[in-house]
Amino acid sequence: MRRVAVIGVGDTEFGELWDSSFRDIGIKAGLSAVADANISADNIDALFVGNMSAGRFIEQEHIAALIGDYAGLARDNIPSTRIEAAGASGGLALRQGFIAVASGLHDIVVVGGAEKMTDVSDEESAVIQSSAADQEWETVLGATFPALHALIAKRHMHEYGTTREQLADVAVKNHRHGSLNPKAQFQREITRETVMSSPMVSSPLRMFDCAPSSDGAAAVVLCPLEQAKKYTEVPVEIVGSGQASDYLALHHRKDICTMEATKAAAKRAFAMASLAQKDVDLAEVHDNFTISEILAVEDLGFFKKGEGGKATEAGLTGLEGEIAVNTSGGLKARGDPIGATGLAQVVEIVTQLRGKAGKRQVKDAQVGLTHNVGGTGATAVVHIFRRA
Amino acid sequence: MATAPRFWRENPSRYNLVGIRCNSCGRYFFPRRAICPICHRKSVGKIEEVKLKGTGKIFSFTEVHDTLEELVLQKPYVVAMVEFDEGPKVTGQVIDCEASELQIGTPVRVTMRKLSEEGPSGIIHYGYKFVPVKEKAP
Repeated sequence: MRRVAVIGVGDTEFGELWDSSFRDIGIKAGLSAVADANISADNIDALFVGNMSAGRFIEQEHIAALIGDYAGLARDNIPSTRIEAAGASGGLALRQGFIAVASGLHDIVVVGGAEKMTDVSDEESAVIQSSAADQEWETVLGATFPALHALIAKRHMHEYGTTREQLADVAVKNHRHGSLNPKAQFQREITRETVMSSPMVSSPLRMFDCAPSSDGAAAVVLCPLEQAKKYTEVPVEIVGSGQASDYLALHHRKDICTMEATKAAAKRAFAMASLAQKDVDLAEVHDNFTISEILAVEDLGFFKKGEGGKATEAGLTGLEGEIAVNTSGGLKARGDPIGATGLAQVVEIVTQLRGKAGKRQVKDAQVGLTHNVGGTGATAVVHIFRRA
Repeated sequence: MATAPRFWRENPSRYNLVGIRCNSCGRYFFPRRAICPICHRKSVGKIEEVKLKGTGKIFSFTEVHDTLEELVLQKPYVVAMVEFDEGPKVTGQVIDCEASELQIGTPVRVTMRKLSEEGPSGIIHYGYKFVPVKEKAP
């Protein structure tokens, strides 16, 4: 297996981008990653695109060909493939690109992720997002996507004494980080009070416990590590890649307070990297709800099961903490354009490992991790990156 | 809007709680599956359809305030994860009570109710919901 490096990253702003279409944002992110890698379309061997539901958000399927076309790759008939795993679509697309380069099949691969969520009403968007859960045995019976996460939160509070305040602290921290990220959807700091007085969505989760709907795209360029210095002064190596699946419906899982897929994906990624949790300086984790970040920091092995809330409250996951979690603002504050999220996480980690993260820079960052989840935990993808 | 067969074909499980028992390991699963996820190939030919009793306990619950369009008239409503006495867990609404009357561990039983309807002249969907089992007076 060949070693693989990230040589270029690019993204769009995240938010309600009324002036931009799906193809506009997809191409903008892709072109910016290609420019960052100092390559041109002539160098590209393959394209992978992470996207959850263009068919329902913009009534357009076959978006791999669409993005390849408008990226200028049609003339040379460059292969383009769409990857779907609900919220983990972006992370999984990265893994497919990684496998393609590591295997020796392709040299230069562009991996993008995009979602255009605001061309449908909020009501329709909620229906589409709920399709990441089991339609026949969860959604039809009244369990919305936030309700399923509320079931996790309620049980985690019951078993481990996690408090309502600790859930709020996740959102407060991620908004603080978002306030330092000029590309974040929300750049305003909030307080515990903001979270705890916001409208109830599904008890105990309130509006500020939930990531927003967003438009946005992000992309990266991969190549074999041994060629990376041709394109960039600071290559970032993908040293570990892990993927795992679990039962689709939440109620079938072994323990709803643990995402077994996250644990398995992390175990595989750490084994490939020959690294341990203590080696990681920063992590972008899948905080689609505040409770999700608490599970993530536990299941990734940064804190013991049940200690995620306390660790957050104690500031251990902040910029100056033991491990800086969601320095970009996370899904909560940077925004969550579903298919783009897994790639936006990579853009943040690479930016940090290059030392270019400005006010939110983690000092001397050498190793970073991304964690991307589909549904309520039926898919998880973990990648580990090191400054080469 | 989906056609009627999509919903009809699930009626045995939604109306009558038909799940399976794996006669290799003795575990129950709901809804039906073709193969036991624990025993794998050993379960082939040993999957038996069974009707669950419909009694269990609340494993976790939430009061839903913001929901999908077809359910807005029901809100706020309670959704629980229920652990059946036979072992499998399911997700469904808990009705005829306030969320404040419920706790993790509250005993419940199944009841057949309307789940939703697809507009004024569309299909009406029925299925299971749960009601708390009142403690008998001493």
